[in-house]
Amino acid sequence: MNAAVPAPVAPDDEPVFHHAVSTRNACKLCTPLGACLAFRGIEGCLPFLHGSQGCSTYIRRYLISHFREPMDIAASNFSESSAVFGGKSNFEAGIRNVVKGYQPKVIGVATTCLSETIGEDMKLLFREYREQHWEDGHPAMVHVSTPSYSGTHVDGFRNAVRAVTETLAVRGAQTGRLNLFPDMVSAADLRYLKEVLADFGLAASVVPDYSETMDGPSWAEYEKLSSGGTTLDELRAAGSARVSITFGRTQAGRPSAGAWLETACEVPHRVIGMPIGIRESDVFFDLLAAAAGAAVPERHAKERGRLVDALVDGHKYLSGRRAVVYGEEDLVIGLASFLCEIGVEPAVCASGGRSGALTRTLREAVPELPASTTIASGVDFTDIADAAAAARPDLLIGHSKGYRLARALGVPLVRVGFPIHDRVGGQRLLQLGYRGAQQLFDTLVNTLMAHKQESSDVGYSYL
Amino acid sequence: MDLLEARRHQVRRQGEDAAPIACDKHSVAGSVSQRACVFCGSRVVLYPIADALHLVHGPIGCAAYTWDIRGALSSGPQLHRNSFSTDLREMDVIYGGEKKLEAALLELIDAHQPSAAFVYSTCIVGVIGDDVAAICNKVAKARGIPVLPVHSEGFKGTKKHGYRAACEAVYKLVGTGDTSGIGPHSINILGDFNLAGETWIIRDYYKRMGIDVVACITGDARVDDIRRAHGAKLNLVQCSGSMTALGQMMERDHGIPQKRVSYFGIEDMSAALYDAAKFFADDPTILERAEALVREEVAAIYPQLRQFRARLEGRKAAIYVGGAFKAFSLVRALKLLGMETSVVGSQTGGPEDYEQLRAISDPGTIIVDDSNPLELAQFCLEKDVDLFIGGVKERPIAYKLGIAFCDHNHERKEPLAGFVGMLNFAREVDRSVNSPVWKFVPRRRGVRGAEVEA
Repeated sequence: MNAAVPAPVAPDDEPVFHHAVSTRNACKLCTPLGACLAFRGIEGCLPFLHGSQGCSTYIRRYLISHFREPMDIAASNFSESSAVFGGKSNFEAGIRNVVKGYQPKVIGVATTCLSETIGEDMKLLFREYREQHWEDGHPAMVHVSTPSYSGTHVDGFRNAVRAVTETLAVRGAQTGRLNLFPDMVSAADLRYLKEVLADFGLAASVVPDYSETMDGPSWAEYEKLSSGGTTLDELRAAGSARVSITFGRTQAGRPSAGAWLETACEVPHRVIGMPIGIRESDVFFDLLAAAAGAAVPERHAKERGRLVDALVDGHKYLSGRRAVVYGEEDLVIGLASFLCEIGVEPAVCASGGRSGALTRTLREAVPELPASTTIASGVDFTDIADAAAAARPDLLIGHSKGYRLARALGVPLVRVGFPIHDRVGGQRLLQLGYRGAQQLFDTLVNTLMAHKQESSDVGYSYL
Repeated sequence: MDLLEARRHQVRRQGEDAAPIACDKHSVAGSVSQRACVFCGSRVVLYPIADALHLVHGPIGCAAYTWDIRGALSSGPQLHRNSFSTDLREMDVIYGGEKKLEAALLELIDAHQPSAAFVYSTCIVGVIGDDVAAICNKVAKARGIPVLPVHSEGFKGTKKHGYRAACEAVYKLVGTGDTSGIGPHSINILGDFNLAGETWIIRDYYKRMGIDVVACITGDARVDDIRRAHGAKLNLVQCSGSMTALGQMMERDHGIPQKRVSYFGIEDMSAALYDAAKFFADDPTILERAEALVREEVAAIYPQLRQFRARLEGRKAAIYVGGAFKAFSLVRALKLLGMETSVVGSQTGGPEDYEQLRAISDPGTIIVDDSNPLELAQFCLEKDVDLFIGGVKERPIAYKLGIAFCDHNHERKEPLAGFVGMLNFAREVDRSVNSPVWKFVPRRRGVRGAEVEA
């Protein structure tokens, strides 16, 4: 796809770059995956897929390969008769078995394409289950609709966060607490965010929080559901918070946990960009400073200072370089914003997701983004390869599935996002805030230095 | 431990309970089975056919999760390493996906010029009622290549049903090619998927014995090889059941006898070569060459195996794999390394498999069908195992508890088949079991630290 060729315009004004009928090497995953990950960020929550057995197994394997942690997902294991007559008996037996086997605090039920297509009435199933099987101390149950023919893993993640919040938050007199909906970020990002909030002295509900559940210590005894996660108390308190902050510019004006809290519980809602790079992190820190009524804590102010110093030290290695960035839409916006701050041109900004708002939001967030940048949503890796060929990039930035393209182009891949399946430590990649920008910057510079060093005839050890 | 009542008869302790193990059952709802689905069974079996187009008809997940995840190598085309999906959306679900399927097939066939195309039906295709076979026929006529529907709707059974659906699809190719030039001492290798190049290792052994391999189904397979597979004189069928149905169909329609083999471990690998040699008894030199080959190969690895055995002797292992037949080989291979199997199970074993497993298991060994993480973790702790052999889904169970791990699943990137594979297996087990990291994990701290360190 050549950036110079004007693309046809869809009803939502977002250009269409995917012209093929089929999807060839998808740059997205299905909705239930996102829901399962979000559910594991709730303390004691077991994800439960109402549908086929295979979905849970595939999603488990995919998440395990990234996080390298146990990831149990139950399923109601539809058979042919469930598909014909409905999955009521499987649902009830399945829930009862996981209550017995796992003793969860919450069961996060996500309906797959199969149960959605046969039209399972989940409200009815929940009600009938409650009438017949509810006992004192029964885990809370949350339902999220995740037909995989609608949206991507990001939508599944967000809808699960919203469902959990709608089910468990309790409206109440305003407290000083904050709600933070950080979207699909790494375990290290979540730990960092909690540290920042604590340094500001702000009590907050971070939803979801899989910083421990999906990146925890070694065990002496098997934990049925790994410990950690947003607690039920924190979720209840979300309904009486002073403000909700949601990361992800494309979420503005859309249904979300924060938007629901604003309407139902009168908790003011702020949607800001994923805090990647200096400007977007400044927005986040300024917001926290205002909420705390205090200046940015010294160590974070110093981290920002060191970051700026490092950008100066390393800028010439990056200046004028061209990058292809791909992944979830809001991650791409954050990365593009940072790249423009450090003199790297995001020549292609691509996502398998299609909110309809990528082009507009990206242009708003990054006004200096060159007009020539190809912004492509709803694309697969064949589309990205076409765009990359025209863009002649120096590097790719995104998850592991772009490795084959990077290899074909002979340029390095800087791994960011999900999934990281060909390196260890994907769960510990920090990208948010000043500290994350520092790590990302060092990685970018070092990757290009190493690439230059390895392709040099001389082989300098002093660069 | 607290087993789910419905699963009670799928677990047995050797020597304590003589009743046959229950198996071949649909997984209990809510049990977090380690199994996948019908689609998965079909997809793993057909995936390595490298010059075919593999199109997954359904929403994006099923195709995305199976993109280039296996180590099934090809010596030529790499088309199988792509993930093609009709990526059905809401409107397709409402109005039907037939038109999209047809257009996607035409587009992809024109772009990639495959020798054949497989179309995998996923769950919702079975519900919305697309006539996939009709579309396949139409496109086959339009483009002049076989376009084969695979009836792999996820909910219509277990992974085993997916194997059968794959066999039925691939069988449509068998018998459509020219068999001239195929010699009297010729075989097909069924049920090896060329993970990390394993088919190449096995193929070379047979070649050295003077046996022609007509087709590997499906390791490093080509459509044209499969078309003429009916010209072979013997089918060697590996991997518990995945290709049993194909072997049976070829025996029924083409009179080709089949032998069940395994290429894991010295004993089973040797038996697989001798079985083929004995079948071609009209040429005694084949057996002679097989014997020479086994001597040579074993001699090459034996000194190193002895060293590994010295470091592994007495350690205990848990095995949980997809097919039970692989479990037999692993029990034997571990014995060769001086290791004891304390827990052994499979996702898809049949009644005969479990009887055979009991026959080779020591008293007290836990034998389990269609297990789940909670059970497996309990069994590992109860038996205090030092090693777990399984796949990616089992790995974190082992690692979280500080247990060494060997990946023996389809995603592995090291060849574990053949004689050289046995050496790789021993090395991998040794590297994990005897790693110094275990002395830091909570379960081992201060208990066996010194021993592990030695």
